[in-house]
Amino acid sequence: MANQQSYKSTLTILSQTERLNDVREFVSGQARSHGFIEDDINKITIAVDEACTNIIKHGYAYAPDQRIDIDIIRKGNDFEIIISDNGKHFDANAIQSPDMKDYLAHYRRGGLGVYLMKRIMDKVEFNLHSDKNVLRMIKTLH
Amino acid sequence: MSDFKVHIRERANNIHVLELKGYLDAHTTPTLEEAFQKMLNEKKFRIIVNCREMSYISSAGLGVFMAFIEDVRSGGGDIKLSDMSPKVFNIFDLLGFPMLYDIVKLEEDAAKKFETP
Repeated sequence: MANQQSYKSTLTILSQTERLNDVREFVSGQARSHGFIEDDINKITIAVDEACTNIIKHGYAYAPDQRIDIDIIRKGNDFEIIISDNGKHFDANAIQSPDMKDYLAHYRRGGLGVYLMKRIMDKVEFNLHSDKNVLRMIKTLH
Repeated sequence: MSDFKVHIRERANNIHVLELKGYLDAHTTPTLEEAFQKMLNEKKFRIIVNCREMSYISSAGLGVFMAFIEDVRSGGGDIKLSDMSPKVFNIFDLLGFPMLYDIVKLEEDAAKKFETP
């Protein structure tokens, strides 16, 4: 029953960078309790930190009183993280991954968050549901 | 709240060590930016970043290194990194940062590299 939902946990934060630590504690605790190894726990935590940082910075342009919801759902061996916000929409699916050799050679800055998320997670999808941005990331437990 | 601190220490041969402690994320990057800016203002271009007590880095933190490396090298110096935990090194490595930055095991190794370029 691939679609059977057996577990769900949610954290809601205000759109403030000082809340990133709470996000990391929530995600790493969840990933650990679902049996990921330390290296994966660290990487999943970074992917969610990057997603929330982008929402705070670009989606809400640092407005501190907006809401970000982080849902963690376990479906079979899939550890799914759904991050929703009502900020400015941007189509991150269309973002090209940087050529890191060129990026580093030209001392570029920024724009690595989505790339890291895509490198770390098995699946990353950005969707617009009514006026809500919904980011869905999956890491499969092996 | 994320906790992050930078302690600046001077050692022989005009080398300055930035000792990083805690979590480097989008909230705490201004602390590291200030430390690098202070080095540039004082024309201290031989910099070792000792990461022994750094627990975490996100791309916001990596961006600070990208922001200062060019100016530091133009001043005739370098930013060398040492004492990284495997957890932190993995993130630098995932993005290919070892191509651009000298990342060594120990602070002493970094200091020797400044002495014998």
